[in-house]
Amino acid sequence: MSTTLLELRDLHVTYATGDGPLPAVRGVDLSVERGQIVGVAGESGCGKSTLASTVLRLQAANASVTGEVLLNGKDVLTMKWGELRAVRWAGASIVFQGALHSLNPVHRIGAQIAEPLHVHTPGLNDDAIGRRIGDLLEQVGLDADRARSYPHQLSGGQKQRVMIAMALACDPELVVADEPTTALDVMVQAQVLSVLSDLVRERGVGMMMISHDLSVLADLCDRITVMYAGRVVEEGPAEKVFAAPLHPYSEALSAAFPRVGDPAARFAPSGLPGDPPDPRNLPGGCSFAPRCPRAADVCLPAEPALASYDEGRTAACVRIEPSGELVETTTSDGAHP
Amino acid sequence: MTAELRATGLRVEFTTRSGRVARALDGADLVVRAGEVVALVGESGSGKTTLARSLVGLTRPVAGEVTWDGKPMNRSTRGLKELRRHVQLVLQDPSGALNPRHTVYEAVAEGLRVHKLVARSDKTETELVANALASAGLRPPEALFLRYPHELSGGQRQRVLIAGALAVAPQLLIADEPVSSLDASIRGEILALLLRLREQLGLGVLVVTHDLGLAWNIADRIVVMYLGRVVEAGPTEDVLTSPQHPYTQALLSVVPEMEGLEPIVLRGEIPDPTRIPAGCRFHPRCPALASGEADEVADACRRTPLPVLPADPEGHRSACHLVAARGGVSTSSTDQEEVST
Repeated sequence: MSTTLLELRDLHVTYATGDGPLPAVRGVDLSVERGQIVGVAGESGCGKSTLASTVLRLQAANASVTGEVLLNGKDVLTMKWGELRAVRWAGASIVFQGALHSLNPVHRIGAQIAEPLHVHTPGLNDDAIGRRIGDLLEQVGLDADRARSYPHQLSGGQKQRVMIAMALACDPELVVADEPTTALDVMVQAQVLSVLSDLVRERGVGMMMISHDLSVLADLCDRITVMYAGRVVEEGPAEKVFAAPLHPYSEALSAAFPRVGDPAARFAPSGLPGDPPDPRNLPGGCSFAPRCPRAADVCLPAEPALASYDEGRTAACVRIEPSGELVETTTSDGAHP
Repeated sequence: MTAELRATGLRVEFTTRSGRVARALDGADLVVRAGEVVALVGESGSGKTTLARSLVGLTRPVAGEVTWDGKPMNRSTRGLKELRRHVQLVLQDPSGALNPRHTVYEAVAEGLRVHKLVARSDKTETELVANALASAGLRPPEALFLRYPHELSGGQRQRVLIAGALAVAPQLLIADEPVSSLDASIRGEILALLLRLREQLGLGVLVVTHDLGLAWNIADRIVVMYLGRVVEAGPTEDVLTSPQHPYTQALLSVVPEMEGLEPIVLRGEIPDPTRIPAGCRFHPRCPALASGEADEVADACRRTPLPVLPADPEGHRSACHLVAARGGVSTSSTDQEEVST
């Protein structure tokens, strides 16, 4: 059997708000294979966290979802409650953004990791659970006796590792990590990322990792999906998307994190003026056009569809020539062979 | 002569609840001059934020001195107020640093009122507030006057904080992690703003960050801190293309997408500042010592304390026994615990 681990098909998520419907995700296709890390990049408000929450049907109550979320071929969106409960933690688990606030401050770390174990493996006795917690903590690089600590006794990086240990407790096949290293400093970020990539390599789990930092994703992921205003604007091999982006938005995200040592970035920080559009009031045509340095009249009639390019890449921009080169491209440096 | 903010031998201690003394700053020297951008980098717990706070008198050192323009910091209310007219701190976390019940206008005008700057100017308060907002890239400024922080985006809030600092026309800005909570797209905009302020107003900027890419983007010089001390300092190009200290080398190697560098992931975190290791404070985590590369000086690493790196706005220096033994530009040739200037 070779079913894809996770497959999102034409996913739409719309929030009902007092000011009218707010389309947060507008037709996203995405897949994650076993042993693969897929990055999802974009700014705040692009829909990437909404996307993550729908994978386990954890979206807010005011969200209406259409499309399919296939986990091992079964649609999470139409599962019965019992099935869904079995899938959460054991089939797929989520490492949420902001570990600092996701742990219960009045319970010991060990008890919090044990919670999903109690629910999903009722046969386990206390000794076995204790050993399992110790193993999990060691897997993420913490001492087993950390199980007795309370969250406030841990640093930010340690809490984030506890969150990862918890996500692994029931041996899920898929781990969704929402900004797992935001707010951690460089060395701790490197530690957490190496824990995550070891997991994928050693246990063959699939991972969907969400971040606004394209350089982190390029380091860790096999493929990257770039989202803007609820849609996928580019998808492809991680190195390519970071080093030689096709879509002008990916290009801006990539340039925001300079390569240390690149003379072109000295005293030339690169940003993207303006804010993402209000999803309730999207501009006509390409939704990126108002901020796009390459926008032209041709961008205005309709929202561009994803088109295929060499090396298994796709991008949604009418200003890309068939060869895969951007019109008026100026990419010169930093490209990978 | 350009105005400069200088710290010499700063030592800041906190007493923990268990009664032990934590040395957040253990002898730190630093100089920032108007017109230059200096990045103060290090992990959480390195003391970089404590140093930044001490420079504007928010934290009282137990030893050492801060001077502005050659004059020692006067810790009276009036003295600190005078200092902060020239040196302004922009706090980390733009959402927490703004009063949610103050409009943008009030947030920016506060500094003007505290320092009674309207009376000294030929402009009205409204004009001064508008100018500050415009300098921070918020245009048209009038449109934002009556907005509350929750109505602004993260990038706009950070600009309002910067505008509040600019309103008092300082010569030096100290910015603590100015972009760490912001989106990738806004990050570049804020950094470009800091560079523009340096160019147009001759402002000096000390930016506190853990992000070496940011330093490469905007800083003239880099000062690297570890456990309350400066371990390496020098021009950005030198420090980031040929780092001397094993700690700087490790920090640089874990920047995502650094090509040609094998990542050196240090184990654990910065040690507890109540128990600063003997000898070189970095030795328990030092990859050079662990790999045997530093065998020739291993004894010194474990036993001999390194001197405080003197603040030097020109040279590239590092506090490392290995660098000194190999004839690098280190100042660790002396065994003294403290070296002044």
